[in-house]
Amino acid sequence: MEHIVIIGNGISGVTAARHIRKLSDKKITIISGETDFFFSRTALMYVYMGHLKFEHTQPYEDWFWKKNRITLKKGFVTAVDHAQNQLIFQNEETLSYDTLIIATGSKPNKFGWPGQDLDGVTGLYHKQDLERVTQYAPDPKTCKRAVIVGGGLIGIELAEMLRSRNVPVTFLVRESSFWNGVLPAGESALINDHIKEHHIDLRLGTNLKEIIADEHGKAKAIVIQETDEVIECDLVGLTAGVSPNIDFLKDSGIELGRGVKVNRFLETNIPNIYAIGDCAEQHEPIGSRRPIEAVWYTGRMMGETVAQTICGNRIEYKPGHWFNSAKFLDIEYQTYGWVFAKPKENENHFHWKHEDHAKCITIAYDKDTHLFIGINTFGIRMRHEIFDRWLTAGKSVEYVMEHLKDANFDPELYISYETQIIDAFNTENNTTITAKPKSWKRIFSKA
Amino acid sequence: MKGIKYTGLVIFITGLAIFTALLFMGKYEVTSEIFDTFISNKGVKSELFINTFKEKIVGKTYTSQVQLSADIRSILETVNTTHETNQEWDKIIWGKSHNIAYDFIKPAGKGTVQDNKGIFWWLTFGLGIIGGLLFILPNVILLGPPGIKNDGIFLNSATNKGWIGILVFVYLVAFYLLLYFFPDLIVNWTYILDPISQSLSGGLASQWFVYGFLYCTIMTVMAVRMYIKYRHNRYQIVRTTSVLFFQIGFAFLIPEILVRFNQPYYDFKNAFPLDYDFFFDWNINILINSGGLGVFMLVWGIVLTLVIVPVMVYFFGKRWYCSWVCGCGGLAETLGDPYRQLSDKRLVAWKLERWLIHGVLVFSLVMTAATLYSFFTEADTVLGIKTQNIQYWYGLLIGSWFSGVIGTGFYPILGNRTWCRFGCPLAAYLGLVQRFKSRFRITTNGGQCISCGNCSTYCEQGIDVRAYAQKGENIVRSSCVGCGICSAVCPRGVLKLENGPETGRINPTEVLLGNDVDLMNFVNKK
Repeated sequence: MEHIVIIGNGISGVTAARHIRKLSDKKITIISGETDFFFSRTALMYVYMGHLKFEHTQPYEDWFWKKNRITLKKGFVTAVDHAQNQLIFQNEETLSYDTLIIATGSKPNKFGWPGQDLDGVTGLYHKQDLERVTQYAPDPKTCKRAVIVGGGLIGIELAEMLRSRNVPVTFLVRESSFWNGVLPAGESALINDHIKEHHIDLRLGTNLKEIIADEHGKAKAIVIQETDEVIECDLVGLTAGVSPNIDFLKDSGIELGRGVKVNRFLETNIPNIYAIGDCAEQHEPIGSRRPIEAVWYTGRMMGETVAQTICGNRIEYKPGHWFNSAKFLDIEYQTYGWVFAKPKENENHFHWKHEDHAKCITIAYDKDTHLFIGINTFGIRMRHEIFDRWLTAGKSVEYVMEHLKDANFDPELYISYETQIIDAFNTENNTTITAKPKSWKRIFSKA
Repeated sequence: MKGIKYTGLVIFITGLAIFTALLFMGKYEVTSEIFDTFISNKGVKSELFINTFKEKIVGKTYTSQVQLSADIRSILETVNTTHETNQEWDKIIWGKSHNIAYDFIKPAGKGTVQDNKGIFWWLTFGLGIIGGLLFILPNVILLGPPGIKNDGIFLNSATNKGWIGILVFVYLVAFYLLLYFFPDLIVNWTYILDPISQSLSGGLASQWFVYGFLYCTIMTVMAVRMYIKYRHNRYQIVRTTSVLFFQIGFAFLIPEILVRFNQPYYDFKNAFPLDYDFFFDWNINILINSGGLGVFMLVWGIVLTLVIVPVMVYFFGKRWYCSWVCGCGGLAETLGDPYRQLSDKRLVAWKLERWLIHGVLVFSLVMTAATLYSFFTEADTVLGIKTQNIQYWYGLLIGSWFSGVIGTGFYPILGNRTWCRFGCPLAAYLGLVQRFKSRFRITTNGGQCISCGNCSTYCEQGIDVRAYAQKGENIVRSSCVGCGICSAVCPRGVLKLENGPETGRINPTEVLLGNDVDLMNFVNKK
C-alpha cells in the first residue's frame, strides 16, 4: 500500500491527510515534533488570555486519528534522503515513504539582532512560544514590562495577550504607522489610535538595536536604534513576520528559494515530493498574491488540492479571489479583493469612517471603468460569498454600493451603516445611488 | 474601581451569609389556633393525631424548625402506621410529611425574623442586590473599550471548576434540595417576603414565592452584568431585555396578580410539555371551574403548544422561546452566562443528549396520555400502572431532580444549559421542528474560519460549532437555542444567526472556502 508521509501537523498537513483519507485507502503518517495532536495555531493567544484551554484549540478529539487510520508520529525530521525515499530523525531513526508532503510551516523571523537568542526572548508561533510567554510574563509582577518588536498581525496579538494580564507593553513598529504596508493610511491611523486606547506604549518608526542580557543570560532590557533609549523589560517578543521553516532541507536536493519551490500542482523538483502551506513557494506568484502565503486558509486549500493530485486527480492550486480577516484588539477586520495601501495608478479609494472611530471601510475601484476591485472593512462584517460573486462577475462600484445591504454580515439587530456610507459616496462622487433593501433572493441566487 | 468591586463582593457575601443564617434563627410555637385551623382545613379525622399532637407539640416553644419538623413528622408516621395497621383508611393523613410540617411551621414562627421582616429583607436581598451591583457596575470601566472580554475565564476558579465553583455548586444544590424536598426548613425565608407577597396576591409568601422572587432578583442583577459585558452587541442586549421581561411579567407578576383576583395561577408563556402538569386532572379542573378566563387559559395552553410554538419555530428557530422567552433559559442566560464554557463538547455527550432529551419527551407524552386517559375514563390505572405513580415519578425525577437540582445546581460544573440540552421535553419538541422545518440557521461566512475554537467553547449547548464553520457548512442543529454568543465571540466574523429561505439552508453553497470553483465543484460532486 502506498505510504504517504506528511511532515507537519498544522492546518495544511492535516487537511491533506483528511482529504487523502476521504479519497483513498492509502497509508498515512503525520509527523510533528511540536505537539501530539493538531491544534489551531491562531488560537494560542486565547489560551494565554484564559479564553480557552489548550484542548479547545484542537479541532478533533483524540480518537479521531485512530478512527481515520492516520498514524501520528512525534519527532523532528533532520534530513530527507529522496534517493532512498527515506526520512532521518533527530534520534537517527528512519522512516520510509512512497510520497512525501512537506508542510512544515513557518518560523518567526530574526534579523540578527544582538541578544535575539537570550532567555526571555520569544516569537509567537509554536506551542513552545506560548509556554515561554506564560513562563516569562505570567503577571505584571513577574514581568514589569514586555517589549514587542514588529508591527504586524502577530505583534498586535501578542500585545493584546499581555494587556489581558495587565502586563505593561511597549510596541516597537518599524513603519511610520501600524501595518501601513498593507492598510491604507486612514485605516492604519484608526488602528494606531485603538492600540493607544488599550494603554499600549506604541512607538512608531522605531527599530530594535539590541537586547541586553542580565548575569543569567536572560533579557533584561532593549536598546532602541534611533535614540539609544534603553527600555527595561522581562520579555521580548519578536514578531517581525515569519519565514518558511525549511532549514532541515538545505542539502536534500529539493529545490529551495525562501521556501520549498513548487509549481501550480504543488510539486517540487522531486517527483514524489510535494510542499504545501506556509513553507511552499510558488515559482510565479498567482495573481496579486505573494509567492509565499502564510495564511491559514491558503494552507487549508493547498491541503485540499494536493490530496486530489495524490489520489489521481491531478489538479492545479487555484486560490480564488483574495480575502482575509484579522482582529485588532476589539476591532474586527475583513478584506475581500485587493485594497492596496496606496491606490495603483488606475485606482480610486473610497473611504468612509464612522464618528465613533471604531468602524470604517475602504473600497478600491477602477477610475475609468468603475470596476469594483476590493473592500476593507473595520468593525463591520461582510458576507464572503457575496463579494466573491461580485468580484467574479466584475460588478461596478456603483452596483456594490447599491446592493451593500445584501453583503452585510453583522449580527441581527445591529445598527447598519449602508445609508451613511452611500450618502458619503454620493457626496464624493456626485452620484445619486440609493440602497436597495436586502434581498434573500439575490443573496442565495447562484449567479 | 477595583476597590468598589471588592467592597461589593464583601457586601454580597455578607448578605448571602445573613440569608443563610436566617435558617438558624427564630422561635416557633404551634398555638392551639394554628392547630385548630389545620385540623378543620384538612378535615383531619384521626383522634390519635389530634391528641398526640396537642399533648406533645401545641403550646411548646421550639428554637429550631428542624426539631419541630422532626417532632411533627414523627407523630405523623406513628399515627399513619397505626391507622394503616387498623385499616382505618379515612383517618390517614395524606400528603408529603415535609409539606404538612410546613403548613404548621409557617404560621408558627415568632421572634426576631417575624418582627423585623423589612430589616431582614434589606440585610439579605438588599445587601445581595447592592453588593452584586457594586461588584458588576465597575466593569464598565474595568473591562476597557467595548468588545469580547473573556479574559481569564479559564484561569479563574469560579468559572473553571475550581474551589469557588465547587462551593457555589454545593450551595446551589443544597438550596434546591431544601426548596423541593424540605420547604418546612426554609420558612424563615418566606417571612421576609410576606409583605411583598401580600401586596401582590394578598396571601403570605410560600417557598415558591421565595423562589420566584429570588429568580427575578438574580436575573435582574445578572442581566445588568450582561448589558455591560455585551454592550457592543445589540442582539444580546435586546435578547436579555426580552427574557427579563417575560420572567418578571409573565412568570412572576401576572400569576400573582391573577391570584389576587381569584383567578387560577397561570403563566401564559409556560408551554406544555415543559409545563408538564398542564393536563393533570387537578389543573384541568381548576381551569374549567374558573369561568371564562380559566377556559381561555386551557385553550390558550393547547394552542400555544400545537400552533404558536411550531409556527414561531418555523420562522425564527427555537430561540424565540428558549433564549428570548423561557424562564429556564432566562436564568441560564443571565446567572448561567459565566458558566457557558463548561458544557461538554465531546461527541459522546451529543449522543447522550439525543437519547436523554428525546427519552424525556417520550416520558412526558406517555405520562400525559395516561393522565388524559384516566381523566376521561376515570380509570386509576393504565395497562396496570397507576397514573398517579407515573405522575409522581415524572415530577420527582424530571420536575425536581433533573430540571432543578441538576439543571441549575450543576451550573458551575456542567455548564448553564444542562436541563435545556439534556432534559427539557419542550426543547426536544422545538428542536425537532427546528431541525426539519425552519428558516433558522447559523450561516458560516465562506472561508474565513480559522478553527480557533471560541465558538465551540462558548456554546452553552455543547455544539461543536467549529466543526461546521471550518468546513463552510451552515449550522442547523436541533439543540441550538440561538443565544448568539458563537457569533459574538468569533474573532473573524464567521457566524451569523439568521432566518432565510429553506432552500440552501443546510447544504453549503458552491463557492466554498475561497478555493477555486472548478475544484470545489469536483469536491462537492464526490
